[in-house]
Amino acid sequence: MGVTASLPFAVLAALALARGRFPGKTLLDGLIHLPLVLPPVVTGYLLLIAFGRRGPAGQFLEACCGITFSFRWTGAALAAAVMGFPLMVRAIRLSIEAVDRRLEDAAETLGSSRIGAFFAVTLPLSLPGVLAGVVLGFAKALGEFGATITFVSNIPGETRTLPAEIYTLTQTPGGDAAAGRLVLVAIALSLGALIVSEILARRLSSRISG
Amino acid sequence: MTLSVDIRRTNGDFTLATAFEAPPGVTAVLGRSGAGKSTLVAAVAGLTRPDAGRITLGGERLFDAASRTNLAPRKRRVGVVFQESRLFPHLSVRSNLLFGRRRRRDAAEPSFDQVVETLGVGHLLDRRPRSLSGGERQRIAIGRALLSGPRALLFDEPLAALDSERKAEVLPFLEAVARETALPVLYVTHALEEARRLADRLVVLEGGAVVAAGPVEQAVAKAGLASAGDRFAEGVTVEARIAELDEAYELTGVALGAHRIWVPGLIGAPGDAVRLRLLARDVALALDPPQRISTRNALTGLVRSVRRTGGPYVMVAVDVGGAVLKSEITARSADELRLAPGRVVHALVKSVATVRA
Repeated sequence: MGVTASLPFAVLAALALARGRFPGKTLLDGLIHLPLVLPPVVTGYLLLIAFGRRGPAGQFLEACCGITFSFRWTGAALAAAVMGFPLMVRAIRLSIEAVDRRLEDAAETLGSSRIGAFFAVTLPLSLPGVLAGVVLGFAKALGEFGATITFVSNIPGETRTLPAEIYTLTQTPGGDAAAGRLVLVAIALSLGALIVSEILARRLSSRISG
Repeated sequence: MTLSVDIRRTNGDFTLATAFEAPPGVTAVLGRSGAGKSTLVAAVAGLTRPDAGRITLGGERLFDAASRTNLAPRKRRVGVVFQESRLFPHLSVRSNLLFGRRRRRDAAEPSFDQVVETLGVGHLLDRRPRSLSGGERQRIAIGRALLSGPRALLFDEPLAALDSERKAEVLPFLEAVARETALPVLYVTHALEEARRLADRLVVLEGGAVVAAGPVEQAVAKAGLASAGDRFAEGVTVEARIAELDEAYELTGVALGAHRIWVPGLIGAPGDAVRLRLLARDVALALDPPQRISTRNALTGLVRSVRRTGGPYVMVAVDVGGAVLKSEITARSADELRLAPGRVVHALVKSVATVRA
């Protein structure tokens, strides 16, 4: 969920970083990558301050769109999105940079607008990278623990992520068997995601290069 | 519809300052690398912005520094064929061809079938660009430009990336397009041969400036391009004076040492200085004074040196008194004639290009 919602933003940010030349680009670059290097708990705490019930962004969103993040699954999704964001942006940016810019020029001489040329040429050509970004983001979301638990706590059925559940079970007497099952689930999910992405990537790149 | 270009663009210490007109038909822009061809192409296509001047097409301003007009490429409707074809790798040949057409629905002419037939690409439609040969790719790129509803066509060295076999394969299609289109076509190239074959008019670009423009042969003569083809071919350029004119046959006699070289055309008055360019491959050698042959110019001289140039050829330098000519002949001929320094030979000059003095 978090990955899906943040994908358009990730593409946009990747495009800005790959192509843009504007003041503050380095700052944006740093900001996007911050969750990658910050301790997850710190990120979660910052999210709590900003998007919590009394945080400025949280209040605004609740007032305008009725979206509440604190202690809800939406919050967990937001945390997952923020944590996965830098990974997605990196992968997408690299693949956008790998596309020959002159193809966009050609598209423009054929009647495309700049944005149209991006969507008709560059984006389809960088789909394998976008996909890789999504898988990375998904993996990160799946494993998200620190930021989530700090931001929206560990509420069963609402904000409990897979690692949080496993952690909880290992802290409970007699939970080892259940934890073991979940570990297997985690392995299966991760492996499945990897395989699916590999197949998709292969199909995509063979479609792209003919 | 006429494409008119008058622009200036400075990039580092290179300045492109060029002005010319391209009426309907093919206008070739000839220049070496670094002459400003790419900048010119990008400026006309709308991919780079000149510093000053204007570009108009059929009276409409595509770029005008004075009124701060700079139309986006898609609004210029200039169909561009790039050197590296730039086909979209993720689309089929058919989708590539229709890329422009789908974005300019008002463009009805020429029809898809017509273009496919002219370019002979019907059997390729469902393939991907990756699986095509270089020549096929260029044909698709030409079709794509034709189908985008252009008001002018811009060819940016479309054959430069191809080997000579592929060139020969694509050239007839270019000729067909040049013949059939009623649009102004700008054909940018570094190969005089292509310009000669395709163009009606020629603009010669050197160091960012136009040094000659006009009907192809006139511009070639004016720019001092060797008429035998490639100006970079090995040969010699000699300074000489016009000695006499044969007005009945329209020949000019040029004094070269004790010899007289006859050049076609009345190129000046006696006493005028001229510069002649004699290409090595246009100079043949004979041991006996040639008789009863059509070549007018036979100069007696001494072999100075015989140098292997690699492959089947050797380069022979012949001192004819007043000038040292070069002659490119096969190594076998050189051996059979036993050419060696000091040997007397007769240099037969098949053609001479005059270079403006």
